[in-house]
Amino acid sequence: MKIAVPVKFVPDLVEELTIDPGGTALDTSWLRLIINEFDDHAVEQAILLKERVGGQVIVAMAEAEGADDFLFASAAKGADQLIRLTGDFSSSNNHALARALADLLKELKPDLILTGVQAHNDLDGSIGPLLAEYLGLPYVGYVAGLTAAADMVTVRKEYAGGLIAEMEVKLPAVLGIQAAEQPPRYVAYSKIRQVMSTAKIEERAVASLDLSGGITISRMFQPEVTERATMMGGSPEEVADKVIEIFKELGTL
Amino acid sequence: MDQDIFVVIEHLRGQIADVSYVMLAGARQLTQDTGGKVMAVLLGHNAQGLANSLAADGVLYIDHPALAEFNSDAYQIALASMIKERSPRLVIFGHSSIGMDIASGLSAKLGIPVVNSCRTFTADGKFVSQICGGKIMAEGDLPTPTALITMVPGGYKSEQGQSTQSATMTAASTPALDGIRIRLKQYIEPDTSDLDIARETMLVSVGRGIQNKDNIELANELAEALGCAVSASRPVVDQGWMPTTRLVGKSGKRVKPKIYLALGISGAPEHVEGMSDSQVIIAVNTDPNAPIYNIARYGTTVDMFDLLPVLTDKIKQAR
Ligand SMILES: Cc1cc2nc3c(=O)[nH]c(=O)nc-3n(C[C@H](O)[C@H](O)[C@H](O)COP(=O)(O)OP(=O)(O)OC[C@H]3O[C@@H](n4cnc5c(N)ncnc54)[C@H](O)[C@@H]3O)c2cc1C
Repeated sequence: MKIAVPVKFVPDLVEELTIDPGGTALDTSWLRLIINEFDDHAVEQAILLKERVGGQVIVAMAEAEGADDFLFASAAKGADQLIRLTGDFSSSNNHALARALADLLKELKPDLILTGVQAHNDLDGSIGPLLAEYLGLPYVGYVAGLTAAADMVTVRKEYAGGLIAEMEVKLPAVLGIQAAEQPPRYVAYSKIRQVMSTAKIEERAVASLDLSGGITISRMFQPEVTERATMMGGSPEEVADKVIEIFKELGTL
Repeated sequence: MDQDIFVVIEHLRGQIADVSYVMLAGARQLTQDTGGKVMAVLLGHNAQGLANSLAADGVLYIDHPALAEFNSDAYQIALASMIKERSPRLVIFGHSSIGMDIASGLSAKLGIPVVNSCRTFTADGKFVSQICGGKIMAEGDLPTPTALITMVPGGYKSEQGQSTQSATMTAASTPALDGIRIRLKQYIEPDTSDLDIARETMLVSVGRGIQNKDNIELANELAEALGCAVSASRPVVDQGWMPTTRLVGKSGKRVKPKIYLALGISGAPEHVEGMSDSQVIIAVNTDPNAPIYNIARYGTTVDMFDLLPVLTDKIKQAR
């Protein structure tokens, strides 16, 4: 089975996010980018599937700082082919990225495309369903676990409250991964170093981006909060005393 | 703008999902400011009865056996034909397992822009989306002439989308629903063997800040001293550190205890969806900008690993 996994980087939410002087986008000068966590799960799910049924795993992403490290780490986990899209993605949107990925995937003709169900900075749709439509393939998202047969996958789709729907999807298909069956595996840096000397990243130039279908942001801001939490400062002992006071006030202690 | 706003009603196994009412409430607010009618769009099979509780000016109903259960192929075909035929001003979907499967595909299919994660509309008809785990809001004009929206809960009250007077139902034309590539095999019920965190009056809830499985013990000890249960955020469950039955949020349980003690939880919208009805939220998070502080009553940026042992000891003494 040939499995393609398009992934993308997103701002690391652990860092403080600031708005750029234009007021319509994040300030990227200090922004640290990391892999979209659901894409990380998609890579893991692809490798688990390859281990079970055989085949190849292709990981593809647009260039970004740290992209090569992620691609090599994927190879160390078991990915067979690494692709980096090159071009000016600075003003890109999901519609444009999905179109560029669709062009690539039309050539690669994978049986299955796995991608993260969402990214926290998605604004104009999500990559998976956009890609499915551009490729004329079915899409099912919120997937946590699947089994594959020759021309079909059986997926576990999550609904609210823990309800699961088992669905059969004809291949080729695109799936939006919510969680892999196992947490993304860890690879030692020594192993990545080893892979770096043999694996190669294929470059593919994206000549022009088609942004149509996207949206325009006129203002970006931090949420305006009506009532923020009352903060408890001091040493751990002092904070513990305050917490206990609250418990007592509420009659739970 | 004075054009109708369509709300795609989400339902599963004969039950309307709460987000449907939130969307209707949002649509109503918008039409009050900018005109137009709120039309509920109901797709199903023998599902007319579901329309009774919808606060809408009208219901557009498509009945077809292929729509008996949610199916992204069938839903997209039916909605694409309806949108083309009626050119609504907006079509609102839930930012959910149903809505997210179809909104982006329809955007690509019909060449209509889609706005993700809209939480509210402004009085002058702009969308306000919540992104970056709740840390950032993005505002803009609703694309014209038609726009698709996925809506997150939190901006409108679901009661305001409910009604006891049923709206007039119109049967919409049904396109041929052929070439469906997806089939529902079966539903698998949630595990009920564990205690139900939705019924607990106090919860100690752990997030990714707990770092590893062994550290869960620190939360267990605190919960034991307090005589309450432990719940968790999604990453903790996905890592296998806690069972799925303890998951709070969009894909887990909605809880409303008297006290929700959030340890190392950032307050992402998908988590908040499941616990914002708690009476008092106390958050322990080293990041002073964590969105959890926007909904917590009390907070502290003290490191939980410094706080937990001390707190557990003091509670034992206080007992
Ligand atoms: C479709 C979908 C459905 C989802 N459903 C759910 C759901 O049902 N429930 C859910 O929870 N999530 C859900 N998520 C995931 C959600 O988007 C977030 O990724 C998740 O809630 C983050 O969990 P967290 O707060 O534990 O982790 P993080 O966001 O990583 O936050 C960890 C926090 O711990 C703090 N911290 C770190 N170390 C310490 C320390 N020593 N002391 C104190 N604080 C510390 C950090 O400052 C940080 O704020 C869903 C996502 C999607 C896409």
